[in-house]
Amino acid sequence: MTPLPRWVELGLLPLANISLAFLVAGAVVALIGESPVEAMAVMLKGAFVYDGALGYTLYYTTNFMFTGLAVSVAFHAMLFNIGAEGEAAMGGLGAALVCIALDAVLPGLMVIPIAIAGAAAFGAAWAVVPGWLQARRGSHIVITTIMFNFIAAGVLVSLLSGPLMRAGQSSPQTRDFAEAARLPFLHDIARALGFPATATPLNLSFLIALLAAFGVWVLIWRTRWGYALRAVGHSEGAARYAGIPVPRMVVVAMAVSGALAGCMALNEILGAQGRLVLNFTSGYGFTGIAVALMGRNHPVGIFFAALLFGALYQGGAELDFEFQTITREMVVLIQGLIILFSGALALMFVPALARIFRARAQ
Amino acid sequence: MTEPDREGPPPAVRLAGISKRFGAVQANRDVALEVAAGSIHGIIGENGAGKSTLVSILYGFYEADEGRIEIAGQKAVIRSSADAIGHGIGMVHQHFMLVPTFTVLENVMLGAEGGALLARGRAETRAELLRLSATYGLEVDPDALVGDLPVGLQQRVEILKALRRGARILILDEPTGVLTPDETDRLFEILRGLRREGVTVLLITHKLREIMAVTDRVSVMRRGEMVAHRETAATTREDLAELMVGRKVLLEVPRVETAPGAVALRADGLTWRDARGVARLKEVSLELREGEILGVAGVSGNGQSELLDLLSGIEGVQEGRIAIGPRAIDRAHPADPSEMRAMGVAHVPEDRHRRGLVLPFEAQENAVLGYHHGPATGSGQLLDLGALGAHCATLMRRFDVRPANPRLRASGFSGGNQQKLVLAREIEQAPRILLVGQPTRGVDIGAIEFIHTRLLEMKKAGAAILLVSVELDEIMALSDRIAVMNAGRIEGVLTRAEATPHRLSLLMAGVREGEAA
Repeated sequence: MTPLPRWVELGLLPLANISLAFLVAGAVVALIGESPVEAMAVMLKGAFVYDGALGYTLYYTTNFMFTGLAVSVAFHAMLFNIGAEGEAAMGGLGAALVCIALDAVLPGLMVIPIAIAGAAAFGAAWAVVPGWLQARRGSHIVITTIMFNFIAAGVLVSLLSGPLMRAGQSSPQTRDFAEAARLPFLHDIARALGFPATATPLNLSFLIALLAAFGVWVLIWRTRWGYALRAVGHSEGAARYAGIPVPRMVVVAMAVSGALAGCMALNEILGAQGRLVLNFTSGYGFTGIAVALMGRNHPVGIFFAALLFGALYQGGAELDFEFQTITREMVVLIQGLIILFSGALALMFVPALARIFRARAQ
Repeated sequence: MTEPDREGPPPAVRLAGISKRFGAVQANRDVALEVAAGSIHGIIGENGAGKSTLVSILYGFYEADEGRIEIAGQKAVIRSSADAIGHGIGMVHQHFMLVPTFTVLENVMLGAEGGALLARGRAETRAELLRLSATYGLEVDPDALVGDLPVGLQQRVEILKALRRGARILILDEPTGVLTPDETDRLFEILRGLRREGVTVLLITHKLREIMAVTDRVSVMRRGEMVAHRETAATTREDLAELMVGRKVLLEVPRVETAPGAVALRADGLTWRDARGVARLKEVSLELREGEILGVAGVSGNGQSELLDLLSGIEGVQEGRIAIGPRAIDRAHPADPSEMRAMGVAHVPEDRHRRGLVLPFEAQENAVLGYHHGPATGSGQLLDLGALGAHCATLMRRFDVRPANPRLRASGFSGGNQQKLVLAREIEQAPRILLVGQPTRGVDIGAIEFIHTRLLEMKKAGAAILLVSVELDEIMALSDRIAVMNAGRIEGVLTRAEATPHRLSLLMAGVREGEAA
């Protein structure tokens, strides 16, 4: 089997999959009596064109990037980290604890880096335990990370309805952090530079996510550690032969993965919310699996996949708003179709494309 | 019986214009073959020459894209192994298809039980089994459990199974891979007995020695095509090797005599159990000297792999001790493969697909596997891809790896070139001690010559080489001393002069000699 040209494999194939997903979604829209073309237009405008739409889209994209990158790093070591949801929740706890403890005593410029480190450290710690259990005790990481999601959710509920709950109030959330201890909104930065900008939740963590994507690329493809990580993922036998300490790699890979997932809290907790709230992870961790899968575990792919899901989130909300017959569930259906066609059926078009390009080559 | 009938009955098997394509690979191209009834006919060729595909077509596993099959002069359509059996074709696979917890009788009955209740079939099969055993000299106890039988006898059960189903044409696919030399000789006796009784035998092998020993005629395949048919008596090993490879090859590289130097590696009383607690190595002691090749012979699965794993640091020492220079390695003082490499121990593993290479990695990434902290990856914090490519290109040039493309994935190279890449990586480290497992498994004859020459050069340069191989010819051709393993023990160590195939066979079967030193 001659491999497909790179641009076909990385460009045309995902595009074909997504187009098919939208075609089927369009058929469903037509089935309930709405115009697919009109719905598509609303969705695109809602995601990119309307005032502030792009800001919201990129804000969602940021969440998907962190969790997608997290899943991909573990996946390069053949570890299926289903626990990004829980790791993100713990990351939020780490960031919040730092802010609550320090925002009154230290200047914001010092609190923020410590809070970022806290988010990463808590996320990492939460992922290291399943990693260690797999490396040393043979407990399967898929099972343990799923369980750890529930435990993390439980920990947050008990803390937010107890010791961390804002005094004199009964909603499960912490007090607001000091303004200086929050990541600045990009519209504030833009306005400070003299550009008019609509207020959106998009904040500095979007740029941090881009940096993280570049960092992951360097780590996986340009460092000796990344080399060892990929060797472990492709062939544990060869890795052991090469003297790579496989159990340690498993634990460290999970730590890096968890740290990235924990950094989702930068966007939600340090950025958009400015306080720790319950259920802020709302499924981003799980969707991160689809993002990584669709992005072929490559940071560039993950960026585009995250952008697509971000656009679906934002455009979908608009769809829900504009059409009475199209509900939030409809948007989830479209997401499901995209995951189906570009995840589960990702290779469906390969034989056909291979025939076309082999015929052309001959 | 080497003179086949010239105007007798029609050929037992006649294939004409057989072609078979798998995707882009043309496995068989316009293959013609005539096998005289009642003869032993060899098909020889390198790995991937299309031998297995051809007999799979004959036995109904694959259907040819084109071509014609005639059995005893009649056109035959063979779409399944049931069709093949119906035409009197039986096959003994390289890996036996037996139920180890069944008796010989039950295995022979399997698939031909004859009715819903077993009693009648059992009685008939027993009678038939005894008759076949007597006729063909295939003695085997019908009530023995197959799992308890030695490999040579299990193979007999396979042959009996085929004969019981009325096979008059018997195909054997690489039947000697798991046998000791003595067992191989006995198998050949059986094949001659079958020929006497009029059975046609088709022997698929890559070993020239076997073709010369037992066949009447031989057909040579190369790259999916039938390149020659020869009367065995009228050909030579050199002639056949040239036909297989397509150019002249040196079957035996000239020996290099060196005076062995100091002890480079010493193992004392190594006993090792696997995760299930089964002892895979028992009290293994050996000495490896500079400037010598110590061959480790034995039927595959008798502890050789575990010995390599321990000596290379992949598995930890449990009992006993390994000494390399001043460093003693035991349970309390383990050494991992990285430390072993740092001490100058290089390892060409037995399984290049699962150990020696990361198949989805590019060649240049594989060229530093195990040495990725070394200078070949550059001196900075990040991997220097330029240095990586240059290093790999050097290895490829020196070891004639083709295609010489450092960016090609390891899975895209042929077996011989993969093996050369692994050897290049290890040998270019100029190790003091080289552990080599099955260096020529699945490697074509041309590359074998090259690999053997390189190993002898290493020895001449003073390296201590431990060579594990199931190919006795290879062990005999290269080794200065030969250690024979059976059931996890070293049964004896012979010098090359002492090592006759018969003495090696006895040791491989676990029969100890008093004077083995």
